[in-house]
Amino acid sequence: MSINNDDVEKIAHLARLAIDPAQLETYTQTLSEILDLVEQMNEVDTDGIDAMAHPRDTELRLRADAVTEENQRDKYLKLAPASENGLFLVPKVLD
Amino acid sequence: MEWETVIGLEIHTQLKTRSKIFSGAATAYGAEANTQACAVDLALPGVLPVMNRDAARMAVKFGLAIGARINQISIFDRKNYFYPDLPKGYQISQLELPIVGKGSITIDVNGKKKVIGVTRAHLEEDAGKSLHEDFHGMTGIDLNRAGTPLIEIVSEPDMRSAAEAVAYLKSIHSLVRYLDICDGNMQEGSFRCDANVSVRPKDQEEFGTRAELKNINSFRFVEKAIEIEVERQIDILESGGRVVQETRLYDSEKNQTRSMRSKEEANDYRYFPDPDLPQMVLEDSFIEEIRAELPELPGARCERFITEYGLSDYDAQALTASRDLADYYEQAVAILPTQPKLISNWVNGELAAGLNRDNTSITESPVTAAMLGQLVTRIDDNTISGKIAKEVFEAIWNGEGNADEIIEKRGLKQISDDSAIEPVIDEILANNTNQVEQYKAGNTKLLGFFVGQVMKATQGKANPKQVNQLLSKKLDK
Repeated sequence: MSINNDDVEKIAHLARLAIDPAQLETYTQTLSEILDLVEQMNEVDTDGIDAMAHPRDTELRLRADAVTEENQRDKYLKLAPASENGLFLVPKVLD
Repeated sequence: MEWETVIGLEIHTQLKTRSKIFSGAATAYGAEANTQACAVDLALPGVLPVMNRDAARMAVKFGLAIGARINQISIFDRKNYFYPDLPKGYQISQLELPIVGKGSITIDVNGKKKVIGVTRAHLEEDAGKSLHEDFHGMTGIDLNRAGTPLIEIVSEPDMRSAAEAVAYLKSIHSLVRYLDICDGNMQEGSFRCDANVSVRPKDQEEFGTRAELKNINSFRFVEKAIEIEVERQIDILESGGRVVQETRLYDSEKNQTRSMRSKEEANDYRYFPDPDLPQMVLEDSFIEEIRAELPELPGARCERFITEYGLSDYDAQALTASRDLADYYEQAVAILPTQPKLISNWVNGELAAGLNRDNTSITESPVTAAMLGQLVTRIDDNTISGKIAKEVFEAIWNGEGNADEIIEKRGLKQISDDSAIEPVIDEILANNTNQVEQYKAGNTKLLGFFVGQVMKATQGKANPKQVNQLLSKKLDK
């Protein structure tokens, strides 16, 4: 098995996902299987093949530098649970 | 033990585009909170980023200016972390394949040149701002800055002192303004710097453990923060301790660095290629077009000022530190091409002092290049002395008109007519017989006294060179 329960808990924490402790073992098992599959692919000889830079084989479209958006602040603020003076309010953050 | 400091800098440069890197919202500084944050910047469901061509163009321009490799295929990655001023939960950045690869820039510390390597420069989006004033126990979020294009310029750990780090920072600062890709305003945060600092025994190959200094938003603070951090690390090592790898905040009021409360996994950003953004492919023609637009760069311009105008290294560097100042200087020189050195003295002297005193910029100088050119022309053609010129300069500065108008209005024209100066000299010699005797007895230092008296009697308007000559003639006969 490539990863253990601690790894899964850490990844879940980084991604802010709550994991039911009863399911922890299952996650560890299935995620490990995915990594094992990747490990298998590592055995393929890829000498002389360019690394694929991106899963989609298309090019990025570039747009002209122009302001096209209008101020819709009031609409957007209404979506938020709390706002004041044009600001979104969130639980206090300390840094 | 003798210690060596090792410094690398990460500089965040906001690009001067009109709109954001991935949305059409405006980037102007100082707008009312959240009026320039659109659905893309807010990460509302269903939105997609579309890349700003000018952001790519400006990044390439920087890359070309430092002789860097331009990656014609580059990739955008997601850097994942949670913070309220980052609505998506990730920052779009570039990890594996940044737009600008290895390059370098030459710095100058007290006349000693040194090449500093630039590891890379990558495109990314800025985050919003958190306002920690108390909103009933909550934090306010302004997302106007979210999505403003940045290039993060990462240096090699090539600097060996705080002075070198500041010189490098200033060189990059000057360069991005020459290229017109960033306004360089450190106070408004459009040019920001973090420093990686470590120390090692002088003869040791391996780097010491580094600390990353944040929140150093002026040239002076960069120097002070690094110096104080180096002292702290040396103290730890000399007392047998170990430096911990961490992020530290510089507190300019206390002049100390302190550890930022950070969880150990905070740096685990789990980068992966952003599936919303396919690879960015830049054609040769795109790059060549930008290369053709490159202006004369600060280093080249400094060299040219030395050879073309016969300026000292020091003066040429001061004049070319900003493109606006160098342009101003050359506009003034165009008016009086025979006196580049004198003009340099005025620009680096009175003008620089005035700008500094009034805390204004060269583009807003009340004395324009044309006005300064005229003033120096009047010194050159002996209409006024250098001393009177300072008075005229002040008057121009205060909006009283141009040099000719002020000289006329105040009657400051220099007296260069022997027949006007001689009677004044005769009178002074007659009134100071004691000093004349002393002079004739060999105390020739008194010549200065007589010159001073004549200048005083003529309100500084007599041509000092002529006064000297006439006095010597009369006293030595």
